[in-house]
Amino acid sequence: MNDYLLEAQDVAMHFGGVKALDGVDFRLKKGELRCLLGPNGAGKSTFFRCLTGTYKPTRGHILFKGNDIAGKERHDIARAGIGVKTQVPSLFDGLTAHENLWLALRTVQSAPIRKEKIADVMERVGISSLSDHILGRMAHGQRQLVELAMVVASDPDLVLLDEPAAGMTDGEVERLASIIRDVNRTHTVVVVEHDMHFIRMIADQVTVFHQGRILAEGHVESILANQLVRDVYLGKKHVP
Amino acid sequence: MTFSTFSRAGSIHIALAAIAMLAAIIILPSFAPLYTLINVTLYMSMGVFALSLALLWGYGGILCFGQSAFFGLGAYAYAIAAINFGDTTLAAAFAIVIPALFAAGLGYFLFYGRLSDVYLGVITLTVTLILFKLINSTGGDAWRIGEARLGGFNGIPNTPLLTVPFSGVPLSPAQMFMLAAIMLFVTYALCKVLIVTRFGRAVIAVRENEMRAELLGYNAKRLKLAVFVISAGIAGLAGLLFANSVFVSPTMFSLSMAAQVLIWVVVGGLGTLFGPVAACFALQIATAALGKLGIVDPNIVLGTVLVVFVVFVPGGIQPALAALHAWIATPTRQSRTLEKVAR
Repeated sequence: MNDYLLEAQDVAMHFGGVKALDGVDFRLKKGELRCLLGPNGAGKSTFFRCLTGTYKPTRGHILFKGNDIAGKERHDIARAGIGVKTQVPSLFDGLTAHENLWLALRTVQSAPIRKEKIADVMERVGISSLSDHILGRMAHGQRQLVELAMVVASDPDLVLLDEPAAGMTDGEVERLASIIRDVNRTHTVVVVEHDMHFIRMIADQVTVFHQGRILAEGHVESILANQLVRDVYLGKKHVP
Repeated sequence: MTFSTFSRAGSIHIALAAIAMLAAIIILPSFAPLYTLINVTLYMSMGVFALSLALLWGYGGILCFGQSAFFGLGAYAYAIAAINFGDTTLAAAFAIVIPALFAAGLGYFLFYGRLSDVYLGVITLTVTLILFKLINSTGGDAWRIGEARLGGFNGIPNTPLLTVPFSGVPLSPAQMFMLAAIMLFVTYALCKVLIVTRFGRAVIAVRENEMRAELLGYNAKRLKLAVFVISAGIAGLAGLLFANSVFVSPTMFSLSMAAQVLIWVVVGGLGTLFGPVAACFALQIATAALGKLGIVDPNIVLGTVLVVFVVFVPGGIQPALAALHAWIATPTRQSRTLEKVAR
């Protein structure tokens, strides 16, 4: 048994001749908050989708709590303890926020405990006032928060967030950063993001993807000062 | 569409359905002529059939174009088993179990094969048409299962009537009417309760957003298969009641039967249970009346009704009535009226 909550070993994902991921090795300790960043097409979202079970990797292993989850069904991965917030909020649009959270508490049997947990999570994420609102009629920022609340409510061992700040106003982004830091007090979190400002607000450790591989890994400030990473983002020179 | 809460609203609906069922059982047999009693029994069997698709399509989000396959299978399973066993009690169980098993096999390939909704509709329709063709071609004496001759397009006219369990005494038309009323009520109550259980809510979650449901740990394929099987069992029960009201024939698998049930659900209201039953009764009565008059083909009327509802009342009868009720009862309107009076 190793010390890592999540360990990807030589993960590759090929779409025909295109190598979206090409031998990614990635390790994550329990309690970490890690940001995955990289320009469009770097492979971070593909890697994210391999973790969630949406894609079955062409090669490699993804060990979560010591068990290989590569290629498993989405619901099996969720049951193993991985909670996912997708890039475009994926919700039960015809139901209320309360009902969405009710469904997120799949393993809770007791009605009073369920009620209490829903109220707690809503307060934690700041959406108590939206409880009886239908999701389909909510603003984008509110939908993002409800989806985050659903992930937190399901109490996973690992929270995966794909561009959680996308489409949010500055005020909403600040609030979201605070919520994510709060969630990280109790959960291990991985955030896929390319907004540097937002990354600075939440992250300590950062992993940079480029051309389907990990280019650099380390503390956020040292990574942002890294010339190679700057070149990738600003396109100053070709990075091998 | 939100969850139906099985608090006051759900309980009241079930209580009202129970009262309607009891009233029908007590009142109708004492004064209605035999012909009416048999007709109402037939409508009630169709009501159960409507509920099977209302559950599957309205709550499971699975548009099955071939629900009549399970309806016909239920009737044929009952008739064949009853002729062979002599007793109808076990045969009645066959009417529910055989369609459910058939749905389990078919559904496994449909859902675990990750077929899209369009293919699901096409395949289910194809299956029922294959069964229709197959049963129609069983006219010869060689086509028999045990003692039961399948009878080709003539069906099985000698279908034994349901008997009082293990006694051999066949049910009278009045008793058959009572049984159909009870079965319609039980199926309605069962569906109503089912949709507010954890299973039912999970099924609704899959209908709303399959990917999100899976990301929360719900096994979408298994849930869809389960509701498909339950719905087939209900359609089989409807087939059993139908077989005892009329007789078993290949038309039970026909395209018109498959289309009728879809129309009932659309007209009654997708995502409702009472609506499709009400629409089934209303349209059955209307088509019977039109058929008697002989002025216009009832199928043309049914098609027109479908088009009118899809275009002008897309939510169906029940949601439209609920919206009308809410509009009348809204405080804004009351206050508006009061303001008018004050002026």
